[in-house]
Order: sequence, then structure tokens, then C-alpha cells
Amino acid sequence: MIMGLLEELPAFAWILIKIVAILIPLLLGVAYLTFAERKVIGYIQGRIGPNRVGFRGMLQPFADIIKLVFKEIIIPVRSNRYLFFVAPIFTLTPALIAWAAIPFAPNLILANINAGVLYVFAMSSIAVYGILIAGWASNSKYAMFGALRSAAQTISYEISMGFALVGVLIAAGSMNFQDIILAQQGSLLNWFFIPLLPLFMVFWISGIAETNRAPFDLAEGESEIVAGFHVEYSGVSFALFFLAEYASMILISFLLAILFLGGWLSPFEGIPGLDEWFAWVPGLAWMLLKVSFFLFAYLWLRATFPRYRYDQLMRLGWKVLIPTTIVWIPVVAVLVKLNVGPWFS
Amino acid sequence: MAEIRNYTLNFGPQHPAAHGVLRLVLELDGEVITRADPHIGLLHRGTEKLAETKPFNQNIGYMDRLDYVSMMCNEHAYVRAIEKLIGIEAPIRAQYIRTMFDEITRILNHLLWLGAAALDIGAMSVFLYCFREREDLFDCYEAVSGARMHATYYRPGGVYRDLPDNMPQYQASKWHNEKETEQRNANRKGSLLDFITDFTERFPARIDEYEKLLTNNRIWKQRNVDIGVVSADRAKQLGFSGPMLRASGVEWDLRKMQPYAMYDKMDFDIPVGLRGDCYDRYLVRIEEMRQSNRIIRQCVRWLREHPGPVIVDDPKVAPPKRVQMKDDMEAMIHHFKLFTEGYCVPAGEAYAAVEAPKGEFGAYLISDGANKPYRLKLRAPGFPHLAAFDEMTRGHMLADGVAILSSQDIVFGEIDR
Repeated sequence: MIMGLLEELPAFAWILIKIVAILIPLLLGVAYLTFAERKVIGYIQGRIGPNRVGFRGMLQPFADIIKLVFKEIIIPVRSNRYLFFVAPIFTLTPALIAWAAIPFAPNLILANINAGVLYVFAMSSIAVYGILIAGWASNSKYAMFGALRSAAQTISYEISMGFALVGVLIAAGSMNFQDIILAQQGSLLNWFFIPLLPLFMVFWISGIAETNRAPFDLAEGESEIVAGFHVEYSGVSFALFFLAEYASMILISFLLAILFLGGWLSPFEGIPGLDEWFAWVPGLAWMLLKVSFFLFAYLWLRATFPRYRYDQLMRLGWKVLIPTTIVWIPVVAVLVKLNVGPWFS
Repeated sequence: MAEIRNYTLNFGPQHPAAHGVLRLVLELDGEVITRADPHIGLLHRGTEKLAETKPFNQNIGYMDRLDYVSMMCNEHAYVRAIEKLIGIEAPIRAQYIRTMFDEITRILNHLLWLGAAALDIGAMSVFLYCFREREDLFDCYEAVSGARMHATYYRPGGVYRDLPDNMPQYQASKWHNEKETEQRNANRKGSLLDFITDFTERFPARIDEYEKLLTNNRIWKQRNVDIGVVSADRAKQLGFSGPMLRASGVEWDLRKMQPYAMYDKMDFDIPVGLRGDCYDRYLVRIEEMRQSNRIIRQCVRWLREHPGPVIVDDPKVAPPKRVQMKDDMEAMIHHFKLFTEGYCVPAGEAYAAVEAPKGEFGAYLISDGANKPYRLKLRAPGFPHLAAFDEMTRGHMLADGVAILSSQDIVFGEIDR
């Protein structure tokens, strides 16, 4: 038995190395996403943004991390100490483990599982428990409001997101991310965002709502419930929530790129001339380019729109987004059945 | 069986949407507000009592600090009350300057309101855009009085001094090189009036930009339309004034109804709302900014062509000229007396009100013939507005409460006094 485990050791070590190779760039990505957010929103608002720490403020995220690490974690009296500590971990873990099934490039994937879509979807849904627990364990009324809003919001938007996914599954005929990307092969016109345009929009909007970002940031709702579910958190425990939020922002952007914009496929595929010219660009670069577009959109929306009210958000989710998906799924099914080209021929 | 009780939420005084130091005790049924109980007094500084211990002319500075986003309008009401008691009238040029600065103040206030209201509803960029424009107006304040906010520029009998012929300039620094500095100084080459003209030319386009972001934005409309509706009759009963009253459809503006300063010579319209909801209050204030811009332009045109004195030539009320004091003993004594003892004001009572950006701001002054007020009562427009908060929010959701509060344009300096 022990010998058997020892034989498995190199494989374990290899997986561990892969995990580290995903997590470290991811955490760096989160750090620089916060920096990009401050810079982009700064320029949108006619400000400069952070520019003092390091060259043009490049070290600002690290200064922030150091500050957060050295801050005291304040535990409110009469809070549930144990759950209060566990909640941020509950939020962060699913946001990180979901990355296992994400394909970065043709062969760059930790676990190429067949039910990848379901797995990622399940993981992103579990994150709401962390928020619920945080809101309840803090024993604060503002946190409670944040948690309740967040629970209602995440659950209802999960449904429209799930329906949008069904459309993709029908179109691709697979739940494996690599297969979904390969199903979009051919040219830019083969990408799913054209036949699935309504589902693409629904998934995008729901993705923003799912990550509790503006204009759906009701769970935090600065001007109404101060900071919502994480109002009582400070220092590292707050940083974990922060990390989880940004990691899931990146995750949703990756999902959008994979499911609708052809993942690591080159946009010049199938165009004579341009295709060969850009052949040297690795798939990862195309992927990151598409992801950064969605991340920029996140920041852009945040700087532009006012916030929804709780009931209006529910109305949008249940009365607009879900009916849209329900109408479009049969349409996709018919398109697939009739082998309508160029996507399903 | 357990008794079901509503959730009581303590909102403020340290809350991002509390607009200073408001404390609200909200009774919530789910997210629906069933009762709102505003608690005031956390910024109470006893201005009215303080005024009784200072000579008349030394109280002007306190007025700035009442509604600290519409400084000069507060000064205007107080100064006018003193002028009424003494029976003097400011020179016509001073009246025009006051009119112009009242309107600059109105734009200042409405810009801050717009930014804060948008921020409360979640549109944070508008806040910073508004502050960009406020910067120029603060420069105008600075150019005439030396202070960017608490100016103490209006004095009984006129204004502190005439408009300056040149504007302060930016200087090049480590962060702004020569070329950039040159650009920043481009509109500061001429006099203050040139600077203001430049602003009034730019400003309408800027308002259009804000409107593009908000007016037809579906989320903004969903958050504001039919929220906190007050009917015209009810608004009158509640003692509303200013944009709050006009948004409910009552055409009442002291600038038209009881003209003071030079408003009877000005050509401007007063916007009136139809429904009395938060959206109408937003539209009314946006339009008021455009009208203020119009008034400022008219004042600038007149001020360019008509030089003259800006304060009464009465050494008992207004300080003598600096030059006179150098070699005139009489002037020196007047100056000393004015700035230590002040002056005695004939016994009597006077009420003077101005259309401050938030509504009717009034000063009721009683003098017993001494050099200090016997009693000063200030009528703050925000007070009745806040008092109606409970009625306006009942049955709305928590997020609407925030929208209503910001649509009232509450500033605690004047409510607590």
C-alpha cells in the first residue's frame, strides 16, 4: 500500500507544480487587476490613479497587501467566532479550485475533465455560502442585509446563467471545455457569440451580477448598507473576500471567452494571409486578450452606471433574462438539428 | 408564539450616505421602510447664540459655516438683515456682484448635490466630474476673497472689495512642466470676469455631459421616477422651499416673487416639476444650473461696462480705504473702532430672506440698539425638508430612502446650526 503511494508521488508532485503554476499567475493577475481598476477608473474620472509606489505606481498592489496583512483582525462581540473565520475561506476556496478545469491554451489545462462546465458552474455557485455565512456570523444588521441580498441575487442569476450554458452545451454537444472551444473552430464567424448572441448577453450580465460587481453590487451597496456582508471584516480576512471577488471576476471573463469567443482560437483563423501572419502568436495570448476585454468591460460598467435597486434587480433577472434564455434555447436546438451553417454544419 | 417585530436599523451618523452627521433610526419590514426617525444635533455649534456675543460685522464668517456648500447666499441673507436695520443700501455694482456670486454659489451647491446624489445611487464618475467644475468656481471665490470656501466676502453696505483684474496663476512644478502649466493658465490670463466668461461658455456643454450619463439612463430613471412623491399642496403644508417646492409644481422663487439685489433686472426662468418625485427634483436642479449660468452671463456683461464703488462710502459702517489710513488719523480711528467694537445698530427687527440653492434661507435679526444682535434666528431650508423625510420614505425600500435623502439636498451645517 505504502509502496503504491510512493509510486504515485511523482504524479502528485507534477500536479502540485501545475497548481502553483496556475495560482501564482492568478494571484498576480488579481493584484494587477485591482491596480488596473484604480488606473482605468481614475482615467475615466479625470484623475491619475495611484502613481507613487514604484514605477508609475506598479508596486501599489503589494503596498496594499502589506497594509492588509499587518492590520488587526477585529472580531465583533457576540459574533460566531468560528464561522466568522471560516466564511472568507469558504468564499475564496471555490473561486480558486474552479480554475482546475479552465483551459488556457491547446494543451494547458490542469484537469481536462468531461464535465468541466458543470464543475466550474458548481464551484462558482458554492461561493454564495461564504457570503451567507459571513453575513450571518458577523452579527451585524448591515452584514445581514448584504448576505440576504447576495443570496437572492446569486441564486436567481445562477438560473439564467445555467440556461445560457445549456444553449452552449446544445451548440457544442459537449461539456468539456476543450471540445467547446474546438467546436468553434473555423473562423471568427464560427464563434458561438453570433448564433447565441442573446445567450451571450444574458451570460455576460448574469456573470457581472454573479460576481456582485457594479451595477449589481447590491451586496456591498456602499451608499445603502455600507459594505454589506464584509462590513465587519478587516485585515487579511477582508483581503480574502477581495481576492475571491477578483478571482471570480477573472474566472467569469475566462468563461465568456471560452464559451462564446472561441477561447484560445485566433480571430484570424481561416482568413488567407492573416492566418499565416499571426500563426506564431500562442493560443494563450489570444485567450488573455479576450479576457482583458471582458475585464475592462467590468471596470467600464462600474465607472458608468448607477446601481440597481434590490427588487429591480430581481425583476431584470426573472422577467427579462430567464425568458430570453427560455426562448433562445429551442431556437438553438432547431439550428443545431437543421445543421445551419457555418456553425452547426 | 414568538412576536414578530420589525428590524430596527441605525443608519448613521457614520454612514457613507448620511450626508455629514445625520442619524436615522429606520424601522424596516424586510427592506421596506415603515418608519424613519431622523436624529439631528450632532453638528450643533450654537451659531445663533454665538452671534449674540459678537459685534454685527463679525458674525458674517459664521454664516459661511452654516450651509457650507452655499456660503455666500447665507452671508447675503444676514448682511441684508443688517442693511435693513441700519437703513443703508449697497451700491449698484455691489448688488450686481452679489447677484453674480449668489448664482456662482448656486452652481457650486447644485454641482455638489448632483455629484453626491449620483454617488448615492451608485454612479460614481459624475461625482468627480462635478468636482472638476467646482474647482473653477472655488477659484473665483479665492480670487475675490482669498478663501476658497468660507469667503466672508459680503459686508453690510456692499462687498469686501472689487473684482480683481488678474487671476492667480499656476506655477510649474515637478509634476507639471512649463507647457502643461501654460495650458492650465490659458484661461487665467485676463481678469476674473474673463475667467468667469470662459467658465459660462464651457459649462452648458458640461451639463449636457452629465445629462447624457444620467437623464435617460434606465437605471437612473428606475431609481428616481415616482420615488418620494410630494404633492404641491402637501409640499406647501410641510414648509418646503426652493427646488423641493418647485419640483412639486409650485412656482415659487424668492428671486421672482420678492426680488432682491439685481434679480428684477435679470432675465431668467424658474423650472417647475410636475410629479414631485426624485426625478423631478433632479431635473429642476439641472435646469437651475443652466439658468444660473444665464444670470451670471448677464451680470458679467453689466459689470464689464459699469465700474464704480462696491461698498457704501460711510466710515461708520464700511472700513475706510487703505490709502486713507496711511495719513489720516480720522480714518485710522474709524478702522480701529469698526474692527474692535463694531457699530451700534438702531433698535428694531428685520427679516431678510434669499433664495439660497436649497430654498428660502432667512435671517431674523432683533437689535436692542447695542453693537451686538439681541437675537438672531436663522431659517434653514433643509430643516423642514428633513422633517418630511419620514413621510416621504414610508413604504419605500431602503435604497429609495437613500435616493430620497440625497434628493432633499441635506447639509447639516444649516440644520443643526
